[in-house]
Amino acid sequence: MNEMTLTGWRRENNRVGVRNHVLILPLDDLSNAACEAVANNIKGTMAIPHAYGRLQFGEDLEVHFRTLIGTGSNPNVAAVIVIGIEPSWTGRVVDGIRKTGKPVEGFWIEQHGDINTIASASRKAKEFVQWASELKREPVPVSDLWISTKCGESDTTTGLASCPAVGNMYDKLIPHGIYGVFGETSEITGGEHLARKRAISPEIEEKWYKMWKAYQEDVIEAHKTDDLSDSQPTKGNILGGLTTIEEKALGNLEKIGHNSKFLDALQPAEAPARGPGLYYMDTSSAAAECVTLMAAAGYVIHTFPTGQGNVIGNPIVPVIKITGNPRTVRTMPEHIDVDVSGVLRREMTIDQAGDALIDNIGRTANGRLTAAEALGHREFSMTKLYRSA
Amino acid sequence: MSIPQLLVHNPEDNVGVVVVEDLKAGTDMLCVITKTNTAFHLTVNDDVPIGHKVALRDLKAGDTAIKYGEDIGKMVADTRKGSHVHTQNLKTKRW
Repeated sequence: MNEMTLTGWRRENNRVGVRNHVLILPLDDLSNAACEAVANNIKGTMAIPHAYGRLQFGEDLEVHFRTLIGTGSNPNVAAVIVIGIEPSWTGRVVDGIRKTGKPVEGFWIEQHGDINTIASASRKAKEFVQWASELKREPVPVSDLWISTKCGESDTTTGLASCPAVGNMYDKLIPHGIYGVFGETSEITGGEHLARKRAISPEIEEKWYKMWKAYQEDVIEAHKTDDLSDSQPTKGNILGGLTTIEEKALGNLEKIGHNSKFLDALQPAEAPARGPGLYYMDTSSAAAECVTLMAAAGYVIHTFPTGQGNVIGNPIVPVIKITGNPRTVRTMPEHIDVDVSGVLRREMTIDQAGDALIDNIGRTANGRLTAAEALGHREFSMTKLYRSA
Repeated sequence: MSIPQLLVHNPEDNVGVVVVEDLKAGTDMLCVITKTNTAFHLTVNDDVPIGHKVALRDLKAGDTAIKYGEDIGKMVADTRKGSHVHTQNLKTKRW
């Protein structure tokens, strides 16, 4: 990447995006249809329908707002139309996104109906997309990249090759001033003694440990049936040779490399605020939920190691797939961006695998579509903490 | 070095990972410990799919399986050196 000139869109708040989306963002499930109609009317815009937004309360509602405001605020997004059923919560999302300085406008359906709302929102969306289409990329330093990671459909090859490749990338790029993040709270189980040692200070270690412990007690102990091994490791993990959560966790943790300490333990969708470096975020290990939360925290590129072949993408963030499994390379090559199966054959070192990933990150930042983008994967999944009122 | 059939993360590990497809019982595997880049040979007792584990020594029910130099669970059945290690003979100590 040292030889590669990176380019991106520098936004009003000085953050850099590598994509230039105009989003049509529903506040709630009821507004999905209107948003999809607007996106159909105005080419070059994108609706991101989701399942929730009504009768939520407390921390669950806060996560909902953080996710929507964060998604609209992400520097990969140039401008946003927000549509909700009523004006109050719609306005809260609009005001949150407006703090970035980017163009955003809200519309609500009550007292207008779908058809009038769609007409008004479409006119504004057309204005936004024509404006955004004239924004220019400019050269940017690597330190402006915020790169997240989470793995999926892992197997034993992810711990041998693709996760260490991500760890090597972080060891090389974090000293250049990038922001990183990892998460997957349930999937640290068995490696928590290693993860807590990577906290920057005793204070952050304690904060992280409470987060991990709370998940064990409040979620797993409260809701488990006889054996969580029916779900974690997943059936795909088990087919791929992973047997226990401990084994899965140890492979997972290879993604954070050897050198970086994490600066904070973030709430779901919370933006990092302690400067460049590695962060931890309290997330589910479900791929779409986790990547959605990391995108909402402001990360612009996602690195996704997979063993058995998870096909996930994200609407606003390019998701780069890395695999070390030669069978997955052979059977589903259209999903793989970076093939590091040479590590298993001892033809490629982890250092070379990290360099191959960094090269792909640079090309992706400069506009190369990832496999998931080309295949149309736009999984946008809200995290739900508990039942709605 | 030829292409190995089995990779082991750490010298302390008592299981390794099959990294080739269609491995047949009776194969004399070339095994490499990645941390130290040292090689050894082991005969596999079962047909083991790519990504699945093989015991590097005789393991007894109750023994701790070690991978990455760390505890990955407990053996729940006696397992011979060279045999397949998976959900039939290894369980988590959590959950």
